[in-house]
Amino acid sequence: MSSFSFDGQPVPLQPGDTILQAAQRAGHEVPHLCWHPEVSSSASCRVCTVRVDGRPAAACTTAAAAGQRVDCHTADLRAQRLHLLQMLFVEGNHFCPGCEKSGHCLLQHQAERAGMTDLHYETLNPERPVDASHPDVLFEPNRCILCQLCVRASDELDGKQVFAIGGHGIGAHLLIDSASGRLGDSALSVEDRAAHICPVGALLPKRVGFAVPIGRRTFDDEETRG
Amino acid sequence: MNTDTSAPRKLRVATVSLAGCFGCHMSFLDIDERLFELIEHITFDRSPLTDIKTVGPCDIGLIEGGLCNAENVEVLRAFRANCRVLVAVGACAITGGLPALRNHLDVGDMLQAVYGTVPDDPELPLPLNKVHPIHEVVRIDHSLPGCPPPADAFWQLLQDLIAGREPALNKGLIRYD
Repeated sequence: MSSFSFDGQPVPLQPGDTILQAAQRAGHEVPHLCWHPEVSSSASCRVCTVRVDGRPAAACTTAAAAGQRVDCHTADLRAQRLHLLQMLFVEGNHFCPGCEKSGHCLLQHQAERAGMTDLHYETLNPERPVDASHPDVLFEPNRCILCQLCVRASDELDGKQVFAIGGHGIGAHLLIDSASGRLGDSALSVEDRAAHICPVGALLPKRVGFAVPIGRRTFDDEETRG
Repeated sequence: MNTDTSAPRKLRVATVSLAGCFGCHMSFLDIDERLFELIEHITFDRSPLTDIKTVGPCDIGLIEGGLCNAENVEVLRAFRANCRVLVAVGACAITGGLPALRNHLDVGDMLQAVYGTVPDDPELPLPLNKVHPIHEVVRIDHSLPGCPPPADAFWQLLQDLIAGREPALNKGLIRYD
């Protein structure tokens, strides 16, 4: 069977594999935010960036090929990941102490794993209004990291196309398909996959926050409450 | 002739709460009986735990809270000028924290809504337009994340600094909530 090298370990590959898919199947952890096994890849977060034969590439969209040399857990890539995470934190209002996604949040989890202790950059203080118009789903745009998982889940799994990304540069934001632009007037249902796929605290089902005891949340482990 | 055979000089530590809730100080005290061991190695300068009014030359400054008013900025600058190592402690000092949720509101409107007639005695520090994390105003050497940071994170940081090591938080001591 053909294989490539991942941090020096041989990883077998199957036809159509991306580097991320093959490495994960072989039991390697590849840090990521915007990748999800149920939907297509978008390579927007760049957290899964690896070096393929010395060149940077997003592991979630780069095809695995026999004989490739892939480096993932190196000092320079760790430093780059940390800075990407810090940029996402200062770009939004990520006040974890008051967020009901804390402990279940992939952004927070990746930052903890990256050893992030400070923000490094100046905070941008975005001021986007919360959309609480939907009876069962809340949208807090100041936590949105534009991963597009809700966009892809609505397109590919729900067949509803409720979401899109609009605007340019730092003004890019999540758009909602309804005449008013509000979630309550869209076709979104709390039963939709798109209502639950958000990796952070931006799109949240209502009335279920803070239900899981600290210590038993998704990313808690025995060390978390040490 | 030098007859001084006493233990090494104690490190001088100052602490302060700016736009904080004193919860980081409480978590620091949560090291419990280890405080007795700690006090063998450090002595406190200005701190809410002492009666010293102004910060003097120190080895370590622990800053809790972000910056919400003019006095916070003045005190932070005094700490930076006096402390060899300055540590941002807790979510408020590092990110602005939950008090920074006021950043999308107009500070004048807020004061009006709360007070009606806004206090205007010059003895009172004016609020800043927005709440800022402390690294936006002075250079910070180390940060202890958490709201509050776990007691063990304070212990780890101080053990490292006392031993002259670069502070490093073990996995599980880095959290943001």
